[in-house]
Amino acid sequence: MSTSTPVDPAARAEVFIREDDVHEPMHDRFLWATMQRRDAEAAAIPEWEELRAIASRIKEHALTHLDEYLIEFEANATRRGAIVHWARDGAEHNEIVYGILHDRGVSEVIKSKSMLQEECGMLPYLQHRDIQVTESDLGERIQQLDGQPPSHIVFPAVHKTRKDVAALFARTIGTDPSMDDPRVLTEAMRNNARPRFLAAGAGMTGANFAIAETGTFVVCTNEGNADIGASVPPLHIASIGVEKVLPKAEDLGVFLRLLARSAEGAPLTQYSSHFSGPRRGGELHIVLVDNGRSRRLGMPEFWHSLKCIRCGACMNTCPVYRRGGGLAYGATYSGPIGVILDPTFDELKYSELPFHSTLCASCSAVCPVKIDISDQILKYRRVLADKGYLSLTKRASFAVAGHVLAHPLEFRTMEKAAKTALDVTPEFLLYNRTLNPWGRERDLPQAARQTFRDWYLANRMNHESEDTES
Amino acid sequence: MNLKTPSRELILAEIRRNLPEARVDYPRIPIFATPPRPLLELFEENLKKAGAVAYATSNAADAAAKIVALHPHATVVCSAVPEIAGTRRMDDVHEPHALADVDVGILRAQFGVAENGAIWVTEEELGVTALGFLSQHLVVLLDPAAIVADMHEAYRRAQLQRTAYGCFMAGPSATADIEATLVHGAQGARSLDVFYLPRA
Repeated sequence: MSTSTPVDPAARAEVFIREDDVHEPMHDRFLWATMQRRDAEAAAIPEWEELRAIASRIKEHALTHLDEYLIEFEANATRRGAIVHWARDGAEHNEIVYGILHDRGVSEVIKSKSMLQEECGMLPYLQHRDIQVTESDLGERIQQLDGQPPSHIVFPAVHKTRKDVAALFARTIGTDPSMDDPRVLTEAMRNNARPRFLAAGAGMTGANFAIAETGTFVVCTNEGNADIGASVPPLHIASIGVEKVLPKAEDLGVFLRLLARSAEGAPLTQYSSHFSGPRRGGELHIVLVDNGRSRRLGMPEFWHSLKCIRCGACMNTCPVYRRGGGLAYGATYSGPIGVILDPTFDELKYSELPFHSTLCASCSAVCPVKIDISDQILKYRRVLADKGYLSLTKRASFAVAGHVLAHPLEFRTMEKAAKTALDVTPEFLLYNRTLNPWGRERDLPQAARQTFRDWYLANRMNHESEDTES
Repeated sequence: MNLKTPSRELILAEIRRNLPEARVDYPRIPIFATPPRPLLELFEENLKKAGAVAYATSNAADAAAKIVALHPHATVVCSAVPEIAGTRRMDDVHEPHALADVDVGILRAQFGVAENGAIWVTEEELGVTALGFLSQHLVVLLDPAAIVADMHEAYRRAQLQRTAYGCFMAGPSATADIEATLVHGAQGARSLDVFYLPRA
């Protein structure tokens, strides 16, 4: 049983929205532009919908035969010369990684972006044990220097302006605070990171896909940072969630066509790297991590979330995410996919997340592996309510709504009363900041002069009677 | 080496216990129709979108001259191809850190992919894989006849079981992590030029 307190995403989103007139509109604009590029790429491929259906099916096949494919992957990766480890949870993952580093006397690590390592809390664990870990993805490095988690799984610092980054770099790596050109800032970080790549005793990566048939894993980046980490230090450690395994190499043809187009509206990331055993003169370790995935596989309504390929399209299309920002979720995974993944780690802490959604279902419509994200969000509302995790406010108002909706006469009375209430209730009561966070940025609706039922009785009923009589 | 820890058995047992009852069959991946356009033209169009540039070269001497013209200030030109000498041969490089000073890396790609402008490079072409990532600039030789239509065909040709490292490279290193502004040369190569030149 969790002892944590629930994250309040609405309050956290408000902090982002009220910060100024710059951050939230910029965030919204960038992510929507990404979505439009995605739509254009998808429309240019006649078989796009067929690819989505096949990808979904391959994932469902792999997940319903997961034990077999993991064993096959392990055997083939081992045959190719990799050392395969298994970790039940984040703690065991971190111990294994630390053990490998410690045995080889490694004190500096360069890592590329891995949501799994983020999920395991690997950085603080290693840093606490005097291992210096440097994020090498630019966005992830920005977040590391600012002491923040990534706010987006593909664009970790998308909520920051160039001025924010210029101020941060001036404070942390000594650049000129007035230089806020992204080209200059990127160059400054390139020059800061290079000596770290050359000094590192190990490079760490995650993986986008693992292939049972060949023992290969695939890492997709645009900066080439994962490849430097894997090709320069003598040791490469890859953390791979058990759900990442696919049966065959030919499956990658389907998934790589979908991934970058869905993620960023480009036909492919700049680098799609395939590691099948260690490079010449190198050592390769693979840590296969469960951390709640096997349990999720046993949840009939929710196991489809394991199909996720972490493209972030659901975030880019989500009106709530684009306005409220990724840090509002207070969790490793943000956006619609985060809403259905995070409660599997801590139901109480993330019990408010399923309400941080309009249920517009745009996420389900763009998901490249056809996860029923919005349906799962709705189901989570019910599950968390059944378990008694709902806040007092929601429980009270839902109880009233439930009772009224189940009793037609009371509904009619309430409906008319609500119209009166809307006319006479002062804003401060209805849009109370504590009682209804969803009302904060919205205007009161204009109440119709007539309820639908009254209109129906006055109009349609007569017409229908005429129809029947004629 | 296979570390058969108790965790391995526990994870597999937990997975087996939780496997969804309805097993889903593996789908058939059809052969999709390819666009009715010359593949090289499509490849070049997508290559440009990814930030790379393609050049026609008549022979190895022409290619070598183009490299000098494109990178007049380069002092270390490291070549992994037999056709062009450069100032350093990859045959003499045995360790990645020895590539930290490379201005221009020259390598050969096995084939290109029309639908996204990517080229397929493996450890066999690179020698030391870091050549593809520590070099400030890359020049990639490619046979213009070696273009496949899409990623399905690309994987039929790539032969993952034959190399420890293979990469689809689509242009130079790029980032858009600061205000969604595209910048080339984030961590890897600042530029990538493709030279059309069949194998000698």
